[in-house]
Amino acid sequence: MTSTTTRPDPLTIAGESFESRLILGTGGAPSLDVVERTIVASGTNLVTVALRRVEASLGGALVGVLDRCGVRLLPNTAGCMTAREAVLTAQLAREAFGTSWIKLEVIGDEHTLLPDPVDLVEAAERLVADGFTVLPYTNDDPITARRLADAGCAAVMPLGSPIGSGLGIRNPHNIELIRAAVAVPVILDAGIGTASDAALAMELGCDGVLLASAVTRARDPERMALAMRHAVTAGRLAAGAGRIPRRWHAKASTQADGMPHL
Amino acid sequence: MTITVNGKPTGLTAGTTLAALVSSTVEGHRYVAVAHNGAVAPRGTWPDVTLADGDTVEILVPVAGG
Repeated sequence: MTSTTTRPDPLTIAGESFESRLILGTGGAPSLDVVERTIVASGTNLVTVALRRVEASLGGALVGVLDRCGVRLLPNTAGCMTAREAVLTAQLAREAFGTSWIKLEVIGDEHTLLPDPVDLVEAAERLVADGFTVLPYTNDDPITARRLADAGCAAVMPLGSPIGSGLGIRNPHNIELIRAAVAVPVILDAGIGTASDAALAMELGCDGVLLASAVTRARDPERMALAMRHAVTAGRLAAGAGRIPRRWHAKASTQADGMPHL
Repeated sequence: MTITVNGKPTGLTAGTTLAALVSSTVEGHRYVAVAHNGAVAPRGTWPDVTLADGDTVEILVPVAGG
């Protein structure tokens, strides 16, 4: 029998396996050096990138860093607010990166950055029909998640709380309902503030965690990346181990038999 | 002729191809995506696209993002 501590436990999306269940976003890092150190510390195999006008980029250095780390790129449609814009951005990303994988984001407004579920489902349907492997960032709503899975998405990625808020998982029950509602992987995406949030996501049954700000904007990003790596692993192990039931009253862990009369 | 490149009016000599414009703009970038008049322009078509007055072009490259 293989030991629990050494048994491979990859995250499999659309038939491709990743050793790490942590997907890292690079947004918000103060420098490319920090990007590189956090990727290494996190142990991630999959890193998100965005497309922007060439004048707004830091030259080609980012790609060099990602190459050196040996990670796979997951382009996103960050900032898109309509299905039309998101579909076009995904098609541009496929041209640029030569991958049909896309983290689909369709944002409803700039204050909450919450997904627009109507345009999100429409964009997902169009991209699946166009041959994309679609990983949609979605609300913590089991019905929308089911619609996305039914549309042929390769995973669903519900938020814990708004992007960059660090508020953690505001509706753990809904995350559990999403896990039960779809057969594809569930990746908790957005809102993670610290390691315990990432562990909770995994304990709730998520297959992976995608986070950026919690690491890139931490006081010590490299150390937080390492914390997230351990948190995701710990949460996954705990979920598989089966937690004890919650009880109203205490239950002694030491037997009463043989207690002396003193 | 004047075309709009990444939102800025840009004067170009008549007959300029998309390939020429892109290569003069994105030196040092391996991953590049181009939208021409609101549609994806696949890399293989760039040498064959001759830009026209009033065209819009978006030239995009990777940046860090969540």
